[in-house]
Amino acid sequence: MGFWQSYRLRLQRKRWRIRSLRKRRELSLFVDRTEQIEPDDILLFSTIRNEDIRLPYFLKYYRDLGVRHFLLVDNDSDDGGAEYLARQPDVSLWRTSASYKRARFGMDWITWLQRKYAHGHWTLVVDPDEFLVYPFCDTRPLKALTDWLDASSIRSFGTMLIDMYPKGPIESAEYERGQDPFEVAPWFDSGNYTISRNHKFGNLWIQGGPRARVFFRDEPERAPALNKIPLVKWDRRFTYVHSTHMLLPRGLNLVYDEWGGEKVSGALLHAKFLQSVTEKAREELERKQHFANSKEYKAYVEGFERREEIWCKWSEKYINWRQLEILGLMSKGNWA
Amino acid sequence: MTVGIVMLVHTSLERAEQVIRHWIAGGCPVVVHVDKNVDDERHDAFVSRFDGLSNVRFSKRHRCEWGTWGLVAASQDASQLMLETYPEVRHVYLASGSCLPLRPVSELVSYLAKRPRTDFIESATTADVPWTIGGLDEERFTLRFPFSWKRQRYLFDKYVALQRRLGVRRKIPAGLVPHMGSQWWCLTRQTLSAILQDPERETYDRYFSKVWIPDESYYQTLARLYSTHIESRSLTLSKFDFQGKPHIFYEDHLQLLRRSDCFVARKIWPRADKLYETFLGDNAAAMKASEPNPGKIDRIFSRAVDRRIRGRSGLFMQGRFPNWGWENGVTAAPYSVFEGFSELFENFEPWLARATGTRVHGHLYAPDRVEFDGRQTTFAGALSDSSTLRDYNPKAFLTSLIWNTRGERQCFQFGPADNQAVGSDIAYDPNAQISVITGAWAIPLFQSNRNFVDLRLEAARLQKIESDHLDHLRSIHAKAKIRIWSLAEFIESPMEALQTVIDEISVAGGRRLAEAPRIIDLSGFGQFLQNLKNQGMHPYLMGDFPVDPAPQNARPKARRPYLVR
Repeated sequence: MGFWQSYRLRLQRKRWRIRSLRKRRELSLFVDRTEQIEPDDILLFSTIRNEDIRLPYFLKYYRDLGVRHFLLVDNDSDDGGAEYLARQPDVSLWRTSASYKRARFGMDWITWLQRKYAHGHWTLVVDPDEFLVYPFCDTRPLKALTDWLDASSIRSFGTMLIDMYPKGPIESAEYERGQDPFEVAPWFDSGNYTISRNHKFGNLWIQGGPRARVFFRDEPERAPALNKIPLVKWDRRFTYVHSTHMLLPRGLNLVYDEWGGEKVSGALLHAKFLQSVTEKAREELERKQHFANSKEYKAYVEGFERREEIWCKWSEKYINWRQLEILGLMSKGNWA
Repeated sequence: MTVGIVMLVHTSLERAEQVIRHWIAGGCPVVVHVDKNVDDERHDAFVSRFDGLSNVRFSKRHRCEWGTWGLVAASQDASQLMLETYPEVRHVYLASGSCLPLRPVSELVSYLAKRPRTDFIESATTADVPWTIGGLDEERFTLRFPFSWKRQRYLFDKYVALQRRLGVRRKIPAGLVPHMGSQWWCLTRQTLSAILQDPERETYDRYFSKVWIPDESYYQTLARLYSTHIESRSLTLSKFDFQGKPHIFYEDHLQLLRRSDCFVARKIWPRADKLYETFLGDNAAAMKASEPNPGKIDRIFSRAVDRRIRGRSGLFMQGRFPNWGWENGVTAAPYSVFEGFSELFENFEPWLARATGTRVHGHLYAPDRVEFDGRQTTFAGALSDSSTLRDYNPKAFLTSLIWNTRGERQCFQFGPADNQAVGSDIAYDPNAQISVITGAWAIPLFQSNRNFVDLRLEAARLQKIESDHLDHLRSIHAKAKIRIWSLAEFIESPMEALQTVIDEISVAGGRRLAEAPRIIDLSGFGQFLQNLKNQGMHPYLMGDFPVDPAPQNARPKARRPYLVR
């Protein structure tokens, strides 16, 4: 990479940071418990909109992994979720009714909060329907992973988003508040992913899975990106570029090995395809607040109307991280 | 007589305290060195917790950084203090704050008591072991390293490069033969005091203070001068990964550690409560008094290193995306590609499946859809039969298919009518076995009921494509197992050719083909080719096909497979 391009990326990084400064005015503090944050704590950042039903399990899952503080932005929920969050002892909450789309799909808000609170912490940026799975997650807390990454001088941890779905029509996947979503939607595609490299940012671009197979069969280039880097040892100079798909400076995107080896990596189980998604897709389509004119949601709504079933006889049922590691959907790397 | 523990403590002082108390409870005096990087307040608090204990001493503090002299200086001072303060000590054991004794202290004491003259120190000459870190092996001893590798990497690298360019070589003090090994040793009083009281010590210290990672070579080299009996192994179970960083033990390693029969393990994750509880508890005498046997742990960690360096062949994922040529096997397993066979034989696919017991697909790269075995709409790994999805990344489609079906050999048909994008990939893949009957694509044309003008155009197109494909197969870079016959050639002795290909696939091997596939009736095919020629389109890939009569390869003969015996 030449000097010129690296300079341009630097400018871009600065631009996102300045933008997040500007966008911070859209946030109003709802509950501030940030003085509880200890120097070594793992922090979680997320933007939430009408996800009340998912919140109890989401918080429990990440508390059990060892997340010590949640810094959340509530984007205009009207389902009582914000009030529920405000009552939690380890949540700091900001609210905004500004446009999600014009805040770079929430990333401007998150970037600002990270800049202010996350410097020097390991941070996890996930959506409320994304659940991190990493090698040995059943026996070792997240802190074991971040300590190991620290000892190995690794600053970022790569994952792939795995879309989970139910067997049968999506309407039948009734999810109850507090329930493990993967009891309802335990199936996934184990081996139909395609990868290419984004040379500008140095990250991998992964597509495929059930969303490409069912909803983007005819225009695979439009299928959503599945590469995510949710866990980063944050520095206030860092910034996410596009959702959590890639970061600047670009060295953080090199979470894969180029010389044949495997770097330790995890997966984000995506509990998107539950009953509520049909409603949500219609709502989001009207709201037009998502990426690429909400093309994705349009495809879902059309798919649901065709009563498309995602499950097929080659679908795999989720058991544990070891299964994912054997299937090659994540790797222990040299962490043993 | 007892064992003295010299302990270097850097972080997690609470854990260190636990372990120190365990050692002294077992009757071993401990000399502790606390890293100077620990701030004074924490240090003082730590020291005061051992007030009044006669068998714990604290030695002069040095700044310890990985790869620097500080670590050696620390262990020298602490050892000195140990030897002076505790005359009953016969062996001195160097440990760190994150070391955990796995067996009762008494077992270690009696083990060493039975070997009063033995020094346990891993020590090997640089020429004989491949322990290269950061591209430096022998040069550790012949260059100078005044800069920190961790903090001043740029200067470190530049200074190494400069010295290489200038051809600078340090003189190794006379009488020394550089040896390296694990920095965790257990030496006898005799050997250790000889090292510390050597009249030449100042020279040696000056020399080693500029060597890189001196704690892995100082004692290892000097012990060779004085020891009467060196056991070149460390009593501390400590595994290093490919960057020279110690592997860390967690709670889920409990059973492994138990079964290892090692005396001390390092390094333990400070929050692994269960390990500390188990091994420092009172009832830890579960292990038999046997020799250390870390074989299983060794295997686990060397597998981990292998995975990090070489990875799993044929896998592409978020943590592994090798550059071209670095895949170490483009695909995960051997597979077979048949070109022209399903055109020439009737029902070739089911026959092949029966004959070989493998998974046989149709044309996976057919233009309209993926022809999976049984024409399923999805296949292993939930691959879709959509040609659009497949053509979005044809190579990934193949690598995914082969990865998803590890353990079951895949066979598929390929031809000039298919998407050719994958043609070069299979040619360069050592896992591919490619058998081609050139020109067989003309048979479906011959059988079809289309206008001759169209046929002629189509034949010209297919011939061009196949000819390009053959260039790939015949390239000097092609690594697949490739066999090419022209149609005419193949028809002369089809069973012989088939047998060779099948023999390679069949796992059992040596099974004779009991049933032959039927060749499609080719009467009139020669004339068809002649007609093409007459139209100015020369079909040459079939070889010299007699115009008429149709080749008498006929069924009765072909049914008899060749007999090996």
